[in-house]
Amino acid sequence: MSLGVVMLCHTALNRAAQVARHWAENGCPVVIHVDSRVPQTDLDAMKAGLADLPDVLFSPRVACEWGTFGLVQATILAATRMLEQFPDVSHVFLASGSCLPIRPVADLKAHLAAHPDTDFIESVTTADVGWTVGGLNKERFTLHFPFSWKKQRRLFDAYVRLQRRLRIQRRIPEGIVPHLGSQWWCLTRRSLEAILTHPDRPRHDRYFRRVWIPDESYFQTLVRRVSTRIESRSLTLAKFDFQGRPHVFYDDHLHLLRQSPAFVARKIWPQADLLYRTFLGEDDQNRPAPNPGKIDRLFAKAVERRTRGRQGLFMQSRFPTWGRGAKCSAGPYGVLAGFDELFTDFRPWLTRAAGARVHGHLFDPERVQFAGGETVFKGGLSDSATLRDYNPQSFLTNLIWNTRGETQCFQFGPGDVQDIVWFIAEDPQARVFIVSGAFAVPLWRSGMSVAEVRPLAARMQKIEADLIARLESPWTKAQVRRWTLAEFLENPAEPLQQLLDDLNPRSSHRVTDLPQLVPLRGFGDFVQDLRNQGMLPVLIGDIDASLDTAPETLPTARLRVVR
Amino acid sequence: MNPLSIYRLRLQRKRLLWRAFLKRRQLRPVTNRMDRLRDQPILLFSTMRNERIRLPYFLDYYRRLGIDHFLVVDNASDDGTHEYLAQQPDVSLWSAEAGYKQSRFGMDWIMHLLRRHGAGRWCLTVDVDEFLVYPYCETRPLRALTDWLDSSGTRTFSAMLLDMYPKGAMHEQPYREGQSPFEIAQYFDSGNYTISRNWHYHNLWIQGGPRARLFFASQPRQAPAMNKIPLVKWHRSYAYISSTHMLLPRGLNLTYEQDGGEKPSGCLLHAKFLDTFAAKAEEEMKRGQHYADSHEYRAYRDGLARERDLWCTWSEKYINWRQLEILGLMSKGNWA
Repeated sequence: MSLGVVMLCHTALNRAAQVARHWAENGCPVVIHVDSRVPQTDLDAMKAGLADLPDVLFSPRVACEWGTFGLVQATILAATRMLEQFPDVSHVFLASGSCLPIRPVADLKAHLAAHPDTDFIESVTTADVGWTVGGLNKERFTLHFPFSWKKQRRLFDAYVRLQRRLRIQRRIPEGIVPHLGSQWWCLTRRSLEAILTHPDRPRHDRYFRRVWIPDESYFQTLVRRVSTRIESRSLTLAKFDFQGRPHVFYDDHLHLLRQSPAFVARKIWPQADLLYRTFLGEDDQNRPAPNPGKIDRLFAKAVERRTRGRQGLFMQSRFPTWGRGAKCSAGPYGVLAGFDELFTDFRPWLTRAAGARVHGHLFDPERVQFAGGETVFKGGLSDSATLRDYNPQSFLTNLIWNTRGETQCFQFGPGDVQDIVWFIAEDPQARVFIVSGAFAVPLWRSGMSVAEVRPLAARMQKIEADLIARLESPWTKAQVRRWTLAEFLENPAEPLQQLLDDLNPRSSHRVTDLPQLVPLRGFGDFVQDLRNQGMLPVLIGDIDASLDTAPETLPTARLRVVR
Repeated sequence: MNPLSIYRLRLQRKRLLWRAFLKRRQLRPVTNRMDRLRDQPILLFSTMRNERIRLPYFLDYYRRLGIDHFLVVDNASDDGTHEYLAQQPDVSLWSAEAGYKQSRFGMDWIMHLLRRHGAGRWCLTVDVDEFLVYPYCETRPLRALTDWLDSSGTRTFSAMLLDMYPKGAMHEQPYREGQSPFEIAQYFDSGNYTISRNWHYHNLWIQGGPRARLFFASQPRQAPAMNKIPLVKWHRSYAYISSTHMLLPRGLNLTYEQDGGEKPSGCLLHAKFLDTFAAKAEEEMKRGQHYADSHEYRAYRDGLARERDLWCTWSEKYINWRQLEILGLMSKGNWA
């Protein structure tokens, strides 16, 4: 009993020859098929290099264009040669020229000896979950494919669409149940002979000649007709990216490959000297324990990075369009309108209570008010208002990206540059809290006369009304909570608790201290004066004179004690 | 986009190609050593002037990455750059005496060389102070990247310019020949880049970094562009529009993913801010041969006159490419 290896080669023939030598020296006869598009001189050089090995043979050559029957044809030619020339071969292993055995050949032989009648071939029925990545599945068997996918992509796609629309379907021959699977398999002599000498073989070949990518379905389907025992997994480690292209292994994957339970890996970069040297060299004794999950994770991560990317990152190779994350930051952040105006120590309180970084008015027209009055902030963000206003969206997404892991909060109000509002409104990461009408409190405290204040207040009310309208538009994705000043003052503790819950949902500690409310005695009269001057302070709500008798400190007793 | 403007882009591309073709006469071949190139070489193209002190490290860095041949245009150097390059076994040298500005800052010459020698090959176009960093660059040579790009059918690879600067004033730590400039200029700005999309050429327009932060805070539109596409599998019909910032046909500029994923990308570490900078700025001011009337250099001179240090408390110290990838300045994409 012995193992025979069929190798399909089309590039990097020197590496293929090196691997063939390795197989042959370990007692495995090899039949090599070289793509007929490879120049004869290259093939001659390869043959000359392997001339000293009697157990390495070459099969007749056919052209192997990807996705066509040529690859199956080549496999059939080489396998036939193998079965004829080496009568004591009991298993045939199909490998490519860029496959590399990553465990000792003796291990593979022992494995096959332990499973003498088993065919190791991935074979998945198309009726169930799709095996393919980003391509045709069942339709590979039922449509016609006269055009080359590589050279005539548009025609290929158009013809597929046309057939779908016209509902053209090929008839699947009697007895064939479409199965798909990795093209790299290891079959027993019995099964392989049964496939190759099957009475229906001409009919099979005729059918599969027109199937799309038959190398992933020919043996995988037919083996179901002849085999007694199929183990549906490939002994070859081959990972595919999101477009169905194989991942390539490099020198820095050495450690990963040594942890793989597979016997052969594909595909290896031809210049990965270290890999070839290590795995074709001496048996290394202290292999780490197999850990296939690690390899899976690495490649799954790569695919995820390519298809989903890091949320909230805008950079040279990730710039999502609208609807794909163009309006989305890296993490939740708080936008606070009106709080700073009502409390004397709101920022330090919020910093303490929410464990967040609390900035001032980041969109102040004069200067970016970073927390702590810094002139430059994390990532090198400048406090220059001109730079910020040049591209406010980049400014904000940069800030949130740079401070991943720490919640950012900033004050916002009608006195700020409003360009960013559209972005905030559509950003699902934004948590916006508005006490509408709070802008009136600093105006009242400024000591200006009501007549002076009225136009200012009216303008700010207009800006704030626009702000609220944008934040409550149908396109809004931000989480917006809004109270009128009157509502807020009725019971400030509850909105503040709400704010903390939203900004720091995982914190379990209860708030015991609350910020200090500015004294509001006389504010009710001020609002009435505004009314008398002809302004309608809608955003403030119904403030009555009762404020004047309200306590200066917050009614802490009214805090909810249990959540 | 309407057919007319598409046709205009085509005319623009043809004009650029003609321009480069006509400027070929300004190039005088000095050494041509391209006769024994390997199959599918990776080529580096560069224009330079008076960069003798930087050359040993520059050549060495790119040789280690796996550049097979350097094609250099020397623009009237008088500090030994010319002689040094003429001796290198893997450099083919041309010399051009004509104006740098009049040749689109050397791009006309480079484009002629690209068309002549770069077609069908991977071509890296960089300045002598730009050092390419790409995913896995410590363990995989450049050819691993180009092979991978080939297999995924990608023709261009973007590498954003990342300004590197020292801590303290630039003249404090003099640069020695052969030394890595990043022993001195160790710091960079990690997260203050503004990006907008150029709908006309489909490229991203990136600005920011220390130059925008300090020199262009009052006129951010004028801040230099940081987006670059230096590595291209060249075709004779391609043209660089402005430096290596963007290309025509504009489909080549789509080096970014728009559906939310990340494509692979690298960075060009920019070793401009060394002690050599002051002299360079002075010279360029005199020659007036730099982009937009050298106003960039003027801004630096004014900025530097105020003894400004580019370093700030949030400057990031450079470690390796993985750090840049974590910071989101470049990406591995699906290359694993």
